[in-house]
Amino acid sequence: MPITVSMTVNGKAVSASVEERTLLVQYLRDHLGLTGTHVGCDTSQCGACVVHVNGRSAKSCTMLTAQAEGADVLTIEGLAKNGKLHPMQEAFRENHGLQCGFCTPGMVMSALDLVKNNPNPSESDIRHYLEGNICRCTGYHNIIKSIAAGAKAMGGR
Amino acid sequence: MVENGIGARTKRKEDARFLTGKGTYTDDINRPHQTHGVFVRSPHAHARIKKIKADKALKAPGVIAVLTGADMVADKVNSLPCGWLIHSKDGSPMVEPPHIPLAPDKARHVGDHVALVVAETRNQARDAAELVEVDYEPLKAVVRVGDADKPGAPLVHDQAKNNICYDWHLGDKAAVDEAFKKAAHVTKLDLINSRLIPNAIEPRSAIAEYDSANERYTLYTASQNPHVIRLLMGAFVLGIPEHKLRVVSPDVGGGFGSKIPHYAEEAILTWASKKVGRPIKWTAERSESFLSDTHGRDHVSHVELALDKDGKFLGLRVATKAAMGAYLSTFASAIPTYLYGTLLAGVYTTPAVYVEVKALFTHTAPVDALRGAGRPEACYLLERLVERAAWETKTDPVELRRKNVIPKSAMPYQTPVALQYDCGDFVKNLDDAAKAIGWASFANRREESKKRGMLRGIGVSHYIEACGIAPSAVVGALGGRAGLYESAEVRFHPTGSVTVFTGSHPHGQSNETTFAQIVASKLGVPIENVEIVHGDTDRVPFGMGTYGSRSIAVGGSALVKAIDKVIAKGKKIAAHQLEASEADIEFKDGVFRVAGTDKQKAIGEIALSAYVPHNFPHETTEPGLDESAFYDPKNFTFPSGCHICELEVDPDTGKVAILRFVAVDDFGNIINPMIVEGQVHGGVTHGIGQALTEACVYDAESGQLLTGSMMDYCMPKADDVPSFEVATNVVPCTHNPLGVKGCGEAGTIGSAAAVINALLSALAPLGVKEFDMPASSHRVWQAIQNASRKAAD
Amino acid sequence: MYSFAYHRPASLKDAAATFKKGSESRFVAGGHTLLPSMKLRLVHPSDLVDLGGVAELKGIKADGGTVVVGATTPHADVARDAKVAKAIPALAKLAGGIGDPQVRNRGTIGGSLANSDPAADYPAAVLGLGATIKTDRREIKADDYFKGLFETALGDGEIITSVSFPVPEKSGYAKFANPASRYAIVGVFVAKTKDGVRVAVTGAGPCAFRHKEMEKALAASFKPDAVAGIKVKADGLNSDIHASAEYRAHLVTVMAKRAVAACG
Repeated sequence: MPITVSMTVNGKAVSASVEERTLLVQYLRDHLGLTGTHVGCDTSQCGACVVHVNGRSAKSCTMLTAQAEGADVLTIEGLAKNGKLHPMQEAFRENHGLQCGFCTPGMVMSALDLVKNNPNPSESDIRHYLEGNICRCTGYHNIIKSIAAGAKAMGGR
Repeated sequence: MVENGIGARTKRKEDARFLTGKGTYTDDINRPHQTHGVFVRSPHAHARIKKIKADKALKAPGVIAVLTGADMVADKVNSLPCGWLIHSKDGSPMVEPPHIPLAPDKARHVGDHVALVVAETRNQARDAAELVEVDYEPLKAVVRVGDADKPGAPLVHDQAKNNICYDWHLGDKAAVDEAFKKAAHVTKLDLINSRLIPNAIEPRSAIAEYDSANERYTLYTASQNPHVIRLLMGAFVLGIPEHKLRVVSPDVGGGFGSKIPHYAEEAILTWASKKVGRPIKWTAERSESFLSDTHGRDHVSHVELALDKDGKFLGLRVATKAAMGAYLSTFASAIPTYLYGTLLAGVYTTPAVYVEVKALFTHTAPVDALRGAGRPEACYLLERLVERAAWETKTDPVELRRKNVIPKSAMPYQTPVALQYDCGDFVKNLDDAAKAIGWASFANRREESKKRGMLRGIGVSHYIEACGIAPSAVVGALGGRAGLYESAEVRFHPTGSVTVFTGSHPHGQSNETTFAQIVASKLGVPIENVEIVHGDTDRVPFGMGTYGSRSIAVGGSALVKAIDKVIAKGKKIAAHQLEASEADIEFKDGVFRVAGTDKQKAIGEIALSAYVPHNFPHETTEPGLDESAFYDPKNFTFPSGCHICELEVDPDTGKVAILRFVAVDDFGNIINPMIVEGQVHGGVTHGIGQALTEACVYDAESGQLLTGSMMDYCMPKADDVPSFEVATNVVPCTHNPLGVKGCGEAGTIGSAAAVINALLSALAPLGVKEFDMPASSHRVWQAIQNASRKAAD
Repeated sequence: MYSFAYHRPASLKDAAATFKKGSESRFVAGGHTLLPSMKLRLVHPSDLVDLGGVAELKGIKADGGTVVVGATTPHADVARDAKVAKAIPALAKLAGGIGDPQVRNRGTIGGSLANSDPAADYPAAVLGLGATIKTDRREIKADDYFKGLFETALGDGEIITSVSFPVPEKSGYAKFANPASRYAIVGVFVAKTKDGVRVAVTGAGPCAFRHKEMEKALAASFKPDAVAGIKVKADGLNSDIHASAEYRAHLVTVMAKRAVAACG
């Protein structure tokens, strides 16, 4: 049964008719063309699909589009403003916090969620907060550095 | 000096698109009018396919076609080929059973491809796949490699007696037997190198389309080597000539070897796209990846080391059973032989080495390359053995190694297992690592841990690897069915920017940056004006792709050769314009200069005049500035290094925490230290994964995969690893123009043994002597229990 | 995922009525267990009744004696709530260790309890604190709620509305997590309440259970050493590729010790 959904994605109001079983990630990728949000697993472990829903990080592969009705959704595509990277994105670039790039959007979105709740995270805070994101390339070393630097650039001490 | 040249910590060119969500991975691509494919996969490890009924599926909403093995046979589709022919001890060629991409008669592992359902949407295809009725006759399966050649074991292929694919050996058996006769001490070990599932975070994905107007196919696929796929699928499987087949590998989200092979899905989709007359897209769900991506490792070995009374190694004897899985994947046969047996001298002067490898079929997913491919298995076996020998002879493990390490002065060094190391300073790697970790003061730290109730251990792993597998002539003589060169084309545009076309394929390795740095250094062009093009057989002349840490050593060398041709041609043009002899023209930092004068031309001016050839040496030179080169290496490159791990075990729970990890590596010259460090971090973590958490578990009877999701197959997360302490020790490679060796796999090769040696060091006071990976809390706790039970008896 | 009909009622009454209409209806809140199972086609509901629109089910209240957590309150809210942290810090800590941050942002206490996964964390707190589960039909005592593997006292279509936790004198939770899924291989919740000591174990058995011998030992002396010598029987405990029954039995003692230590 198709259903109609409306929400705000990266500041823009969007509305569509989708199959009820459409996951939020499928809506973002297939209907809105926002392919920066990735799917890496089917059991909610890898975190490549992390977006923000109403200001909180969520795995968009474990949410129905219908559950995001009326929500404010932020994806990796919504971070850079006027061609300028967000400080967290810039910190990943500066610190080589990515290699193949596939887990990166989810990592960045999780990092922003962390900083929102903990503006001055320690190395251990960061490592612990990434328990829902898997990276197979970097060994996390430079991701941790990136997030620490990003937090600082965003106004942490 | 140019900015961002060789040696600079240049920030990556590829990052802006990945960080803004603008990367283009295969699943991000959609083709007009595309359909969706879903595979019906075998739920049985071994079963005869008696009948397939598709009528219900065909009537389901949106279904366009259901295709089976019978359709493939009718269309005379060929087997997926294996790229390396190995000969057994007796000279007979390995057994190469047929592998039609859709199984026509029998399913041979859980997840084997039985049918393809094509529908308008992915959901429709998935719904209909459940309506395909397959009548299976389940048969007994053999799952464990250790059981595969036992009498009476079920056969995976009728033509492979006792499931043996080949029974290979290398080295001088008589010399080794002689060495053991003279031994003062013999150390023996039985080791399992656990099966791993690669799990690149991007699942495999492909879109195939057929253009009937031009009779041309295009395959988009998440592959490490698009030209190899074009060659294998085009020429061998589907009979499509190269000029009628384009293979594109866009951004690829990690490979680690699992995206090297030519997979059944690629051939099935390409074949089906013509039958259906529309593009077909397929993206693996993760549970499919677990079942159908090639796996890695899976060895069972017995190994013996002979030492003299002073602790000098006299001889090494290795017998290994290596799983091939249900079918021979593209490079499967080469891995436990030429990438494993040849590495068993390690960094040591052991004069006699003999290795036997029996490759066996099992009813499991095919085994192929996984980060390091063969070399981690060799290093793990050797370094576990050396550590054990040190323990048995009551020698300090660092001292025992130092006593047996090949000195720098012995280079080039011919090993008893075919390889000739060109250079390396293994003693320095060892000393630097031991110093960095504080080897001498470990006892104090162990005491401190003990006060907190924790068991602390330290472990060394001293590795060498062989990268950039080559030269082609030697590879051919050893059974390789492909050349192992690389190509590069440097296209200088009229207004001074440069496009490089490379056959290397980055999927995390950062070639778009490092290759541009090489261009910047050699041609004096700012990296902003350099674009690196890869991954498209229609754009790049040819290529062998990226695996075996070969990009910089082979692809980078091809690039240098092409650059040299550009400079040579530029000199001719400059000589003409500057009215000097070609021999007097010097080139440096982007400027051609008449030696000893101030007469000069910038390379941009030369490029423009090559395309606007008004004042041009037409008699000797053609217009244009576009040069290509192929580079076939003279030898392998030999990165080496020493890893030392320090960890703590919580004896109450068995939980292992890695406290420190030091890696001192020799990768030869380094193009970008930032990127090299990143490769080491990732590689080490992959090895720690094998050591601590990762293991593929099949049910030994049914062949069902028990670790079929990320809920059960545990990859390291951020809080499982520490920050790493890495350093390099540069000994330039002697035989390639950049002096580089390669760094992608080293971390994985060295790290697993360091971790397990550290674990055994921690558990030694409790009497634990044997341990097979992974060191999950449960297994460590069990080992402690067993040891204390033994002590009580 | 199979096809289904989706409903988003705005009231509890509508939710119950909508549920009744479907042949194989399921409620969904955060969906962090149900949706992955649906994606793997392990479950096939005819109707999905989303409780996310029922405002009355969400929120945390605390008075002197109890903390009441609304059924659709996500774990992250419980973990970060100042009232919970003050009244029952172990509950906040438990909620902050469930799954991963994204699971905590979406997953709910009601969903966790209705599903009653043998390795879920919340059952340990509910049983360990002697909580009361309130539904749209009745109140169920924790001791009467967990019935077996994925089995609870809930009737068909019964909706958990909130969970009421009595504030203990002190309490602690220690969990040994599966490194891949972050579910509990073993989790032990210990509470010293005015009615006595309660020790609840999750992860080890088919559902959460109390360990009476440990409760007795701790009633006599509320110290980690009091449970250190208690050997838990492995019979009937869960056994899988991650942990044998013997290992789980051993971990129950270790985690109980740590939970008591965490009580401060």
